[in-house]
Amino acid sequence: MSKQEDKKDRRDFLFTASYTVGAVGIGATIWPFIHQMNPDESVKALATTEVDISQVEPGKSITVLWRGKPIFIKRRTPEEIQEAQSVKLEDLPDPQRDEDRVKDGKNEWLVMVGVCTHLGCVPLKDKGEFNGWFCPCHGSHYDISGRVRKGPAPKNMEIPAYKFVNNNTIKIG
Amino acid sequence: MSEHEYVPKSKAGKWFNDRLPLLSLGAHLSDYPTPKNLNYWWTFGGILTFCLITQIVTGIVLAMHYVAHADLAFESVEKIMRDVNYGWLIRYIHSNGASMFFLAVYIHIFRSLFFGSFKSPRELIWIIGMLIYILMMAAAFMGYVLPWGQMSFWGATVITNLFSAIPLVGESVVTWLWGGYSVDNPTLTRFFSLHYLIPFLILGLVVLHIWALHIPGNNNPVGIDIKKPSKDTVPFHPYITVKDIFALLMFMIIFAGFVFFSPNVLGHADNYIPANPLVTPAHIVPEWYLLPFYAILRSVPDKLGGVILMFGALFVLIILPWLDTSKVRSAVFRPMYRQFFWIFVVDVLALGYLGAMPAEGIYLFLARIATTYYFLHFIVVLPALGFVEKTDPLPASISEPVLTGGFGAVPARSDKIINETK
Repeated sequence: MSKQEDKKDRRDFLFTASYTVGAVGIGATIWPFIHQMNPDESVKALATTEVDISQVEPGKSITVLWRGKPIFIKRRTPEEIQEAQSVKLEDLPDPQRDEDRVKDGKNEWLVMVGVCTHLGCVPLKDKGEFNGWFCPCHGSHYDISGRVRKGPAPKNMEIPAYKFVNNNTIKIG
Repeated sequence: MSEHEYVPKSKAGKWFNDRLPLLSLGAHLSDYPTPKNLNYWWTFGGILTFCLITQIVTGIVLAMHYVAHADLAFESVEKIMRDVNYGWLIRYIHSNGASMFFLAVYIHIFRSLFFGSFKSPRELIWIIGMLIYILMMAAAFMGYVLPWGQMSFWGATVITNLFSAIPLVGESVVTWLWGGYSVDNPTLTRFFSLHYLIPFLILGLVVLHIWALHIPGNNNPVGIDIKKPSKDTVPFHPYITVKDIFALLMFMIIFAGFVFFSPNVLGHADNYIPANPLVTPAHIVPEWYLLPFYAILRSVPDKLGGVILMFGALFVLIILPWLDTSKVRSAVFRPMYRQFFWIFVVDVLALGYLGAMPAEGIYLFLARIATTYYFLHFIVVLPALGFVEKTDPLPASISEPVLTGGFGAVPARSDKIINETK
């Protein structure tokens, strides 16, 4: 290898090494400026909510706030459960059995995120053509299981992660 | 400004450049002929640009989390420090960044004073620079108020009360500044608004500052006029960009040292106590970069007199190009000015020290002497020197002292490197 080539190789190495270190440094500097916009630990700490449901009468519902979103907690009557379970899956845009949307043995309780899956509005209760919820923004109809039946919404209303702490309390998140 | 018209090579580039000559501007900035003997004191312009951008970027981030309200501001700053992801880092960069900004600007200003960069034909560059400096002080002061700690509150009270010294309308002016009968929520919200505005005014002035610089071109350590482009110049890129980046990296090491190892050393512990309108801290001083002016203010035993003298200290700086009567720019060829320059540096440092000390006894006495000398330097020494000083002979070109082995060994070396790479 000639002296000239040797010099060239060394220069290439120095360039590559400098650019690499520079790129890593710039990346490490940029990350805090991006990450600062993510939810911080104090926001994450509020990610679970416990709700007392002992006062909810059959056929009534309450709305609680979880992560800044409304959660509908509906205590359904036996007729409503019957209605939800009897719907044929092929009639649903987003096929899902009612049994899969409630907890085993607790199928009178429907717990779901009260946000329309179209563009995020909050649907109105006891409205619409399917005896469930109706979104006033763009006219999506949901049934008594919170499944979309008609309108532009692509999916059923979301079921959050939750569990029964005891018969009177559920923990969302 | 460049001798030849720049023509983009690609068709799309030409199409674009004919309509908006951004590529021509880029070519001008890249080819811009720069004196080849610029030393490291000339790298602070680039460093200051970095400081401004750092303050703007970190400031925009902080404004996403900060709440400009008297009841919530302190809490929101604590939330930034404790909860917001990397909030501590971004706030420490911003608060120490202000100090680093002033450190760099003082070096930049004293470089101009030493090498006579403010003299004809660069007076406007100097004046725009001084306007930037004054806006920097305003921005720094208002930014310091935002955390709404004890120093914030009482600093704001003291500085706004300066305007009460104005005869007849003083009290009304201060009430107007406060939006009430004391520093309170309306004061905080307007300070926040202005603190967000001023950096963008500075950015605009920086563009003018650089534009005005690119008309005559850079001054240089020898201080003589040079032909551009010629043997005395090198293209800005890559010669100056590489030198600027190297100096910037050194500067960033010091900057990072403050941010990571002693982020509060330049601040006051009292500002971690929430603002309390009923109790003034025992010892109230401004941030270090404002201390010389604070010393001047306190050295006058009269309210209006002190305020006038403090603003006068800035005014003499603005009219400096007409106070310094010497035809020779660089202190390298001015044996007497060189001495007075260093005396002036010591004088300003002394004012800074005295501004941090209690205004009593020997400190007050020394501050009065230093203040007197500050004005003597501008009003008596500089105008007189132009007439009495016998300056050293100037070289005909930058290359001349290099080739005869005189002033400046560094350019000689860089010459050799240029020849080797050819």
